[in-house]
Amino acid sequence: MIDLHGFGAQLLSGALITLELGVLSMAVAILLGLVFAPMKVAPLAPLRWVATAYTTVVRGLPELLVILLVYFGASRVLGGFLESIGQGGAFELSPFAAGMIALGFAYGAYTTEAIRGALLEIPRGQIEAARAIGMGGWLTFRRIILPQLWRISLPALGNLFLALLKDTALVSVIGVEDLTREAAIATGFTKEPFTFYFAATVLYLCLTVLCVIGIHYSEKLAGRGYSRGTT
Amino acid sequence: MNWQVIIDSLPELAQGALLTLELIFISGVLGLILAIPIALGRVSTSWTVRAAPYAFIFFFRGTPLLVQIFLVYYGLSQFEFIRESFAWPVLREAYWCAIIAFTLNTSAYTAEILRGAIQAVPTGEVEAAKAIGMGRWLRLRRVILPRAFRIALPAYSNEVILMLKGSALASTITLLDLTGMARTIIAETYMPIELFLAAGAFYLVIAAVLLQGLRLVEKHLHGVS
Amino acid sequence: MMKIFRQVIAGAAFVAVLFSGPAMAEKLRIGTEGAYPPFNQIGPDGELQGFDIDIAKALCEEMNRDCVFVTQDWDGIIPGLLANKYDAIIASMSITPERDKAVDFTNRYYSNKLRFVAKKSSNIKPTKESLKGKTVGAQRATISSQWLKENMGDIVDIKLYDTQENAFLDLDTGRADAVLADMLVAYEWLNSDAGKQFEFKGEAVYSGDKIAIAVREGNQKLVREFNKAIKAIREDGTYAKINAKYFPFDIY
Repeated sequence: MIDLHGFGAQLLSGALITLELGVLSMAVAILLGLVFAPMKVAPLAPLRWVATAYTTVVRGLPELLVILLVYFGASRVLGGFLESIGQGGAFELSPFAAGMIALGFAYGAYTTEAIRGALLEIPRGQIEAARAIGMGGWLTFRRIILPQLWRISLPALGNLFLALLKDTALVSVIGVEDLTREAAIATGFTKEPFTFYFAATVLYLCLTVLCVIGIHYSEKLAGRGYSRGTT
Repeated sequence: MNWQVIIDSLPELAQGALLTLELIFISGVLGLILAIPIALGRVSTSWTVRAAPYAFIFFFRGTPLLVQIFLVYYGLSQFEFIRESFAWPVLREAYWCAIIAFTLNTSAYTAEILRGAIQAVPTGEVEAAKAIGMGRWLRLRRVILPRAFRIALPAYSNEVILMLKGSALASTITLLDLTGMARTIIAETYMPIELFLAAGAFYLVIAAVLLQGLRLVEKHLHGVS
Repeated sequence: MMKIFRQVIAGAAFVAVLFSGPAMAEKLRIGTEGAYPPFNQIGPDGELQGFDIDIAKALCEEMNRDCVFVTQDWDGIIPGLLANKYDAIIASMSITPERDKAVDFTNRYYSNKLRFVAKKSSNIKPTKESLKGKTVGAQRATISSQWLKENMGDIVDIKLYDTQENAFLDLDTGRADAVLADMLVAYEWLNSDAGKQFEFKGEAVYSGDKIAIAVREGNQKLVREFNKAIKAIREDGTYAKINAKYFPFDIY
């Protein structure tokens, strides 16, 4: 067994932060996807341009850069904004919040594409039928579109979540004490880089396996009522 | 926004961009070559052949690239026997460590894309090749792989962009790539937003050029068929 | 394990974290690096420790202020201060003319020198002739990296690291032939197991290094408060007690 020099609990707490950050960033990304995907298929051209600009630009930027930009830039932009509406004073984004927003923003571009693809797969007839029986826009979205959207886009979203989970490692550069940063701290203390980065990879693999199982069950849950043949 | 700082740092950023391009080009080519045997192993009918490529792909796709880089650069040097081995002249250079980590990482992702593509080659074509008496190797070389590459290309374009973005991590092991250069200049000017935005613009241009190039390759391949 | 619990709770209340702006203003937030032993580093218990941390705590007590620590990678530590991530930097920062343009400094709380470190068996000297063509490591955004760039930029291969610890790791592996660093940090490393085969090479190449606390430009009130507190802990013996914990000689 490898000797972790008392840093075992730290690594575990880092793994927990990693998981937490992964789940919360994914929630942000899905919310952004739900906003931008309909815009991408909207009849109004300016809406499409905005959404396309977002997905094109963000998918071409390194996540590391997005994180650093949000961390150092957000306070300046938001601080200026708050001042302009008369709410002056200090505004600061904690590293965790900055990481969550940055990763959510970066992956929102991918979830937008995944959800857009799913939107296109929902037969127009169903929406027209819902309208015909008098369902309003919001009710149609909630009862007809959203459940199917979820089922169709889940495999793609699951893959994105696994990718995002690994990219959470990047927030270690802005001081979030995630798994990677804990490993780096332990390395600095013990001068044993291999021991701790290897332990970190083992924990990441465990997290990945855990999430794969979770995704598998959510897919089953979302797909209940559908036989394999029809989906 | 301080434009002067951006303008002053353009030559250095361009120099960083050059290193970024070099890193992704070398590891991209090496990764693609390495991906072929891994993908072929992965589609083997015998599980003993499948096991090793499976474990390789699982490891490199299941852990963060950042940790992989640290493991190669700082991790391996923890061991005396590695520092005294024939591989040390290579491993002592941050440049080669980055290339090794990027190559292994991209080869795992590319192998998985290729595997999907190989399995998507229409069985009819493979059977036809068999019927006209093509051997295993010839079949692979003339029918399956060319067809699989074409199927895989759109997904591979994505992987190339992901590799470009991942190359920013070279900055964490002392390399002055685009991101590393930006961070070094920030350390002197304290202007993070300006420099990260400028570096971001460089990345977008590189991404656009790469995508355009891959689109041309795609067109070319389809034109040939 | 307690920390894990705390973090779960912290995560659940992430909305509070998100908008923890003005509400936290009364607490004095101190930025530090956490990777610079023996001045500031994070131990197995996850807590910050070291000379800077002890001094910071003593100053806060003297000033009667409630302090919280924020860790930040070194090359972002001034941008972090400017972006209002914390109110003061207590992280063994040297006063330099360039930094002085961006932030305000207090009086010094210790002094330092820059010295080269290399393998005992090597015959490296801190001269241009001796270092020509060699790879010399330093931490990015420090006076060491600046000194190297200005004095030997044209003849040595400079390698810049995120943390001082990583520079020493690479000196140990032989990736760097020498490292230029603050003498006191190097002193700690040379006395550890990892540094056994290494030694200082020659005399200090720069000795006017004053270490102080940085605050945002124009925050003179905080500068005065800190200066008063530094003077007070020098006089009442608190400083000497902390000093003795880390070094057998006075570093003020």
